[in-house]
Amino acid sequence: MNRHVLNLVLARLMIAVITLLIVSFTVFAATVLLPGDVVEVLLGQAATPEAVAGLRAAMHLDDPAIWRFIQWLGGIFTGDFGISYANNMPVADLIGPRLANSLKLAGITTLVSVPVALTLGITAAMWRGSWFDRSVTILSIGIVSVPEFMVATSAVLVFAVYLKWLPALSFANEIHTFGQLLRVYAMPVITLSFVISAQMIRMTRAAVIDTLNTPYVEMALLKGASRKRLVLKHALPNALGPIVNAVALSLSYLLGGVIIVETIFNYPGVAKLMVDAVSTRDLPLIQTCAMLFCIVYLFLITTADIIAILSNPRLR
Amino acid sequence: MVRSFFSLRAAGYRFNLVGLIGFCLVAGWAIVALSAPLIIPYPIGEIVDYDYFGPISGQFWLGSDYLGRDILSRILMGARYTVGISLLAVMISCSVGVTLGMTAAVIGGWLDTLLSRFLDALNSIPSKLFGLVVVAGIGSSIPVLVCTLAVIYTPGAYRFARALSVNINTMDFVTVSRARGEGTFFLIRSEILPNIIGPVLADLGLRFVFIVLLLSGLSFLGLGVQPPNADWGALVRENIGGLPFGAPAVMFPSIAIASLTIGVNLLIDNLPQKIRDRSQ
Repeated sequence: MNRHVLNLVLARLMIAVITLLIVSFTVFAATVLLPGDVVEVLLGQAATPEAVAGLRAAMHLDDPAIWRFIQWLGGIFTGDFGISYANNMPVADLIGPRLANSLKLAGITTLVSVPVALTLGITAAMWRGSWFDRSVTILSIGIVSVPEFMVATSAVLVFAVYLKWLPALSFANEIHTFGQLLRVYAMPVITLSFVISAQMIRMTRAAVIDTLNTPYVEMALLKGASRKRLVLKHALPNALGPIVNAVALSLSYLLGGVIIVETIFNYPGVAKLMVDAVSTRDLPLIQTCAMLFCIVYLFLITTADIIAILSNPRLR
Repeated sequence: MVRSFFSLRAAGYRFNLVGLIGFCLVAGWAIVALSAPLIIPYPIGEIVDYDYFGPISGQFWLGSDYLGRDILSRILMGARYTVGISLLAVMISCSVGVTLGMTAAVIGGWLDTLLSRFLDALNSIPSKLFGLVVVAGIGSSIPVLVCTLAVIYTPGAYRFARALSVNINTMDFVTVSRARGEGTFFLIRSEILPNIIGPVLADLGLRFVFIVLLLSGLSFLGLGVQPPNADWGALVRENIGGLPFGAPAVMFPSIAIASLTIGVNLLIDNLPQKIRDRSQ
């Protein structure tokens, strides 16, 4: 890796850090600076003027906004996420076990969907224009242009209502056997896999087709190489960078999907925690969850960009 | 009229069949949204069926919901919220985004850098999350929803318009116009905008699809349009209890969303070449 590439990567990391600062400011501003008094919501019926003033002072709500922002940001980066309004527990304790659940769901989904999506995307590009390619393309465009909850409800209708293979919307906490584990995870994982595979197939297919259109692949074709050899030996090694880039970008769609999927299947993850926190207006919890999601998202798109830089032979 | 139609066809403004299907779907929903109160078979709030989650029947074409209200009427009225809110939001986000994009391209310099950096940062907040955070902060109402959706999709519109305008900005006729001493406003309105309007309109359509999907998602989470009003996402949420019985009340609002978004996609993908790309 030479200096030039190193500079590009460092510049991209700098941008990520600046973006994270702006994002954290936006999250803070949206939840705290906008109208709507938290204290009155918290106190509800008991919101006498004295009680409101007392609680405002106790929560440091009368300090200047920029000072509160700096304190909050410092807390986030030192692991002090504050105390939940709703049940007076440290936010970190609430999020901890939920985060493990969410990561488990995301991990299993990734393991299932990446191989399937890559195979479908690459084979669709190999036989471009065939009925196979067309049906894969139409199906993936169809899934991309309907809301995630429709994918979820359709999956429930097919697998639980008509085929009766799986339970519908319940999430059991007691898991004793491997069979139960499969049954519990099947539905959320199927739904999420559909959502992100559709993106991944489209991007992978585009990346491989892009490479297939280059002159050196045409040369290989003229030389008499078979289609299989053409794709696997000549095009794929060069398309690898864009494909990994596509995978990282598609995984960022997990974040949007996971919010819907955890809610609909009642899965005890971070996204469900956040949606519940929104209905109780538990701001410290919402802020922390939001920052967590933004950091993961930023990490994924930054990784995608850096892979794109590193895999470009012209920059090496 | 007939002659002008044929000359339009000859000039390359021809729709193909798939595009026409998309156009019919979109136009159909637009007409429904405008005329909903006149065509609904039952009042939307009234319980008309003794059974809840009723099946499809001659009396209730799309079945009844969890309280025994007519689903067809509720979907037709829901079109007003889904189409209306999304249309308003996409209008705001595209006009703000495109104006800023053209300005940044024409003026350039630190304004361009600052604006691009800030809007890119805004773009790297996942859209559903942004919606959740704002709704948590100020609560959900229709004006809040329109503004939030508009803010979320402004950076994308900005980026798209800026990329197009930067190309136009280097053309000779813009340089001539600038040498003539024209101001920024004139450059934007008379030199840049007419040359990017086609792709910008296509982009507006795609953004409309994203906004419909996000609005439905938020309503489905119970954070969008609030009861007693209901858009299509909220209709799915209300009736999710009917899912284990495969009630039509759950599926038809989803199908309505899908028909609208797929219709817009088909229409845009098959727009006549002349509208999509003026350079050819």
